[in-house]
Amino acid sequence: MQLRVRALETVLAEKGYIDPAALDAVVETYETRIGPHDGARVVAKAWSDPEFKRRLLADGTAAVRALGRDNRVGDHLTVLENTPARHNMVVCTLCSCYPWEILGLPPVWYKSAPYRSRAVKDPRGVLADFGVKLPADTEILVWDSTAESRYLVLPMRPPGTDGMSQDQLAELVSRDSMIGTGLAKAPGAQ
Amino acid sequence: MDGIHDMGGMDGFGKVEPEPNEPVFHAPWEGRVLAMQRAMGFAGAWNTDMSRFAQERLPPSVYVTVSYYKRWALAMEANLIERGLADADEIAAGHALRAGKALKRKLSPDTAAKGAPRGSFARETNRPARFKIGDRVRAKNIHPKTHTRLPRYVRDHVGAVVLVHGCHVFPDAAALAVENEDPQWLYTVRFDGRELWGPDGDPTVKVSVDAFEPYLEPA
Repeated sequence: MQLRVRALETVLAEKGYIDPAALDAVVETYETRIGPHDGARVVAKAWSDPEFKRRLLADGTAAVRALGRDNRVGDHLTVLENTPARHNMVVCTLCSCYPWEILGLPPVWYKSAPYRSRAVKDPRGVLADFGVKLPADTEILVWDSTAESRYLVLPMRPPGTDGMSQDQLAELVSRDSMIGTGLAKAPGAQ
Repeated sequence: MDGIHDMGGMDGFGKVEPEPNEPVFHAPWEGRVLAMQRAMGFAGAWNTDMSRFAQERLPPSVYVTVSYYKRWALAMEANLIERGLADADEIAAGHALRAGKALKRKLSPDTAAKGAPRGSFARETNRPARFKIGDRVRAKNIHPKTHTRLPRYVRDHVGAVVLVHGCHVFPDAAALAVENEDPQWLYTVRFDGRELWGPDGDPTVKVSVDAFEPYLEPA
């Protein structure tokens, strides 16, 4: 595949459609700069700052943009709050829609047939694949991203985190907890 | 189209298998494919729905067996040829044999360093929304041969509008031509799990899709 893709890139560059240096920059951006740490900071701020949380849930786009993030996914960002009574989980059954600009590129499992096929029909079974077991009476809302709206789950703040700084809290926010296939980590957990 | 890509609710694909400490790319070529796709989208060569439609038209056996970024590469080759931006002999040779066509713009390294931001999909409209939050709606039982974003598993089922997102570019139209945006009101419609999956469905589950107004009728 390496050779086939290099051939394709050569054709596009010789045709004048692309600048290979721009491709380098895209790859570097997703490998080193944009990733789940961005979303984790948003979550940690929401856990620490009730006014920010209120704005985030009312209008994810405006609240994230106010953090100085000049990106476009924020145009259509909805933030979903997990509570003891209600768990949110995000999927794209038709392809792989995912809030790239705030979580980076999706993991392979998110784009895989097992996840895409089962998340909407058997979310508890999918959660079990991730080692997550919710109370039997917790309502589960599955959000199928079938348009350009993007969804970020605001996981529940773990107990025993009173007084932690936003940086410390952000360490507890896993990528999966912002997709809804995981929970935020307990302090001291691996 | 009723293709293999429309996977919601299918059985038999097995367990979800998360990969611990997964790298962003599993091989350098994956990053190049992603970046080329971003650059060609930025240049206006095609839009996101054309990319999706090209993947949906891959043979089902190919769609389910190749890796994610290989699927992107195959769709990109198909789009290049279909739009006359490159020919099959050039792709096979790995060199341009004819001059390129003019595209709208070219992605620069500076813009790329910002992640090659996507355009906004929201559009102004004077047309009022047909539905409001709380309305009960039925997803139409439609089976277009072309690209659509209404998954099969909700068709002919009744749900409730829970969000109104404004007026957005309509994928069913945009997949057919770059300039063909035909903006439509976009809603999030929530369905009871048992409405979708029958009496054996998990009663604690609700599933929503983002549905464009032409997909819906009052229920």
